[in-house]
Amino acid sequence: MIPAAFDYSAPSTLSEALALLKQHGDDAKILAGGHSLIPMMKLRFASPGHLIDINNIPGLSYIKEDGGFLKIGAMTREVMLDESDLIRSKYPIFSDATKLIADPQVRNMGTIGGNIAHGDAANDHPAVMLALRAEVSITGEKGTRNVPIDEFFFGFYSTAVKAGEILTEIKIPIPAKGSGGAYHKLERKMGDYATAGVAVQLTIDKGTCTQVGIGLTNVNATPLRASRSEGVLKGNKITDALIEQAAQFAAQDCSPSPDLRGDEEYKRAMVKVLVKRMMHKAIDRAK
Amino acid sequence: MEKEITVTLNGVAKTVTVEPRLLLVHLIRENLNQTGTHIGCDTSHCGACTVLLDGKSVKSCTILAVQANGKKISTVEGLLQADGTLAAIQEAFKENHALHCGFCTPGMMMRAVELLQKNPNPTEEQIRWGISGNLCRCTGYNNIVKAVQYAGAKMRGDKLPSTEPIFV
Repeated sequence: MIPAAFDYSAPSTLSEALALLKQHGDDAKILAGGHSLIPMMKLRFASPGHLIDINNIPGLSYIKEDGGFLKIGAMTREVMLDESDLIRSKYPIFSDATKLIADPQVRNMGTIGGNIAHGDAANDHPAVMLALRAEVSITGEKGTRNVPIDEFFFGFYSTAVKAGEILTEIKIPIPAKGSGGAYHKLERKMGDYATAGVAVQLTIDKGTCTQVGIGLTNVNATPLRASRSEGVLKGNKITDALIEQAAQFAAQDCSPSPDLRGDEEYKRAMVKVLVKRMMHKAIDRAK
Repeated sequence: MEKEITVTLNGVAKTVTVEPRLLLVHLIRENLNQTGTHIGCDTSHCGACTVLLDGKSVKSCTILAVQANGKKISTVEGLLQADGTLAAIQEAFKENHALHCGFCTPGMMMRAVELLQKNPNPTEEQIRWGISGNLCRCTGYNNIVKAVQYAGAKMRGDKLPSTEPIFV
């Protein structure tokens, strides 16, 4: 399969990339890891007239704690998250996710920024970002603005990144002491999209759940926050009955589409199972 | 529209003029005539097209040739050592019955090369995760896993494990 013809630029600075975006308007697409975009172009689901390859722009790939945030550069590849000591020791929720994203070769190319900016509810990072209450930095000609993750996903492949802008950084508030998180997706085979996926991040202070975020993968048109589930947990002592209730709400509040991976009822049931499992795993990690 | 790019394929610099939409695997197979790298699924699932790009294993069906500009590409043709002896991973596949039809083998070996560079003594589980992006429809994987272990031992200079094939 061969993509439709397009023109290609590989700028070496962000301002050059932004100028090219302005020049080419809607006809241009940003090429990050390319492992969502190039398959779509090969299938001719996408035929941008101009690709702006941002792989040669230095300074967009990093993982660091700074000013109360875990900051991840948009061009940070999945493999870097996978191998980062900081991530492994302090943010195991990412390690849960990255080992289930595609496969090692794809993770050598795929970027966290691309995974989020693609705006696909089937991707894994969005649910993790919802759980972690991330902010996304978006850079345009006039500077950088920060968008809370809850205001980022508009619809199928539609995000808060406007024409002429590039997603440049992900900022995650460093969780308080007593926090833990976990992610899992059910998949038919290695590298498949989730049948259902659940991310849980919580903080427990003297037995009471003071913070909780629950994000769901591929069971809604957009990555979904399980708000009612969070509501029953936050401020309360966590019991098995509350976890059951939270899991039940998540299963009710999502809107999975039946497909090759299962029918609606099955997917709701799997959301329920995964919420319970990830709650227990997150609680264990919070200890 | 066409771009001039220079890549170093298995140590030899090549300058070619390509359309931006040319895929890396087509550059390697059709422009540079190295057909050891295979096209399997053409959708980044099967791993038959795996090559090393600046030392990292990637699926060359899902990368544009222009993205490889200025970079080093290593393919299965580059594994053979200068004196004509097989690389450890090649010897390992040969000795351990790690291939049957051979279609997945070039990609499988290139993936194993990076896996062993990062982790010279992987466990069986690490190998199975490590080759999870490469499909083999013949062998049931057992002998491939064994071959990667054998190649690791060979590269470390350890005692070589038995090459007795696994039948299940």
